[in-house]
Amino acid sequence: MNKKTGLRMMAVSMVALLALLLLAACNKKENTEQSSNNMAEQQAAPAPAATPIDPATVATVKGTVKFDGTAPKPSKIDMSQDPACKGTNEAENIIVAGGDLANVFVYVKDGLGNRTFDVPKDAVVLDQSGCKYHPHVLGVMAGQTVQIKNDDMTTHNIHPTPKDNREWNESQPPSSPAIEKNFAREEIMLPVKCNQHPWMKMYISVVKNPFYAVTDESGKYEIKGLPPGDYTIAFVQEKLGEQDQKVTVGPKETKTVDQSFKAAAE
Amino acid sequence: MRGLLFIPADPRGNTLKAILTTYNRAHHAFAVFTACATFVVITAGALVTSNDAGLSVPDWPTSFGYLVKVPRFVGGIRYEWSHRMVAGTLVTLTLAIAIWTLLAERRRWLRWLAVGAFCTVIAQAILGGLTVLFFQPPAVSTAHATVAQTFFCIAVAIALFTGRKWVEEQPRVEFDPRRPSLFTLTLLSIFVLYVQLILGGMFRHHGMSWWPHVVNAVIVSFVLAWTAIRALSVYSQIEALRRPAIVMLSLLITQLCLGFTAFLARVAWGKDAAQPELPMVVATVSHVAVGALLLATTVVLAIQVWRHVPVAFEERIPQVQGDASAA
Repeated sequence: MNKKTGLRMMAVSMVALLALLLLAACNKKENTEQSSNNMAEQQAAPAPAATPIDPATVATVKGTVKFDGTAPKPSKIDMSQDPACKGTNEAENIIVAGGDLANVFVYVKDGLGNRTFDVPKDAVVLDQSGCKYHPHVLGVMAGQTVQIKNDDMTTHNIHPTPKDNREWNESQPPSSPAIEKNFAREEIMLPVKCNQHPWMKMYISVVKNPFYAVTDESGKYEIKGLPPGDYTIAFVQEKLGEQDQKVTVGPKETKTVDQSFKAAAE
Repeated sequence: MRGLLFIPADPRGNTLKAILTTYNRAHHAFAVFTACATFVVITAGALVTSNDAGLSVPDWPTSFGYLVKVPRFVGGIRYEWSHRMVAGTLVTLTLAIAIWTLLAERRRWLRWLAVGAFCTVIAQAILGGLTVLFFQPPAVSTAHATVAQTFFCIAVAIALFTGRKWVEEQPRVEFDPRRPSLFTLTLLSIFVLYVQLILGGMFRHHGMSWWPHVVNAVIVSFVLAWTAIRALSVYSQIEALRRPAIVMLSLLITQLCLGFTAFLARVAWGKDAAQPELPMVVATVSHVAVGALLLATTVVLAIQVWRHVPVAFEERIPQVQGDASAA
């Protein structure tokens, strides 16, 4: 093989390599669609039958979560990079009104033993409007469907970044059908973000039991239908961390369990 | 125009070899353009990471299902899509310079370097794709950042090797009797810069804390200052060494200031920010861009040292004699 032929072969090989990459690009869209379909089948494994609970004896745990001290000012959001975003310009990482702390995820962390629970057939809705997630903190049972809607006139991408569940990242144009997903494993405060609008962040807490709640703007929560017993109730806030309380509830009892958070140490 | 191209030592280290080569102005201009385009792509990539926009386009190699269809140009899409487009253009430019070099260049090693450049840019594109498809694993994203700067160094080297001065000028050669040699120092500088690049990339992509990058910055400063001071104090009369040494020292000081600013903006002041803010973005992008220039300048200095200040010739003579007597 002479030198000129060698050079030509090398040039042709490089062009062919580039053509191969372009060909791969053309096939990619189809593959992406297939993989997203596969993810939706994550809940296929059949769940064991639920442990029965006597509805005549169930108890309720409720209370208020407070923030001690001066609440930090919410971080400012600049939505100017997308004219379709017309939401409020304050982040929701710590929402305090009159000392009441919102968006705290409260759940029964321990005490249920080996009980199993039916996964609700109803989907929970996560809405994107005003280029923010609603709600900011969402509770869901493992395997339960999360229906994600886009009410904005702009494209979002929904990107959960879990530790124990499967990571995915899908874009959702305006007026497109809701995306339905579920998470197979328990994971508390699983972060979800939109890489197109970097201020858009929220948390999904995936639990194995139906005994959870998220504090409202007045810091209040209520967990109903709890069988009598000794429990550990966990209060989790995205910036302030987790605090636990032990509680014992008797049949038909309604117990008040309040909790307070202090500013995280610098 | 024709010039003698000198290679200071062949692999056996016993002769200076000269081959006849021709300065090709258009080829050199295109190589310089490719190197400049690479710098633009690196800056665009830094903008993607600094704006946390790396996954705003979830598919690859297509963008929202298309190769070149322009999406709605808002939010993180602006950075990620633009980065993909300029990177795609760079692949085309690299293919062109590689083919051009293969067809027009007489120096075989330069032809191989051009082919290597093309292979590197393809590897870089694949790493970029893996970053998207595997949701930015720190190791892959850091490899993407590191290979980007490696490619930039190759592009700058091709521009240097095709330049008029390199092709036509008879290099002024001075042997370096000092230990460690200046060439060793330049190689050490490149090594510590690569370590710094990897540590910085891992920190930036959330794979590591900030402190190893900051600690290594002290080592980088020491080694690069040593190298530049040696070059300027001993070989300041050689312009090909003096200029990159001055630029390297200036870039080092600039880079240290930018690194400190980036640390303040992102780690100290910006830790509770709801989104990447302008001071954070400007500081970190400038830090990446100047870092790329610093590495490329150090590579240029190493090449010029290799050409102008080879390791002292005498050192090899006793070794050859010793070998002969042993035989």
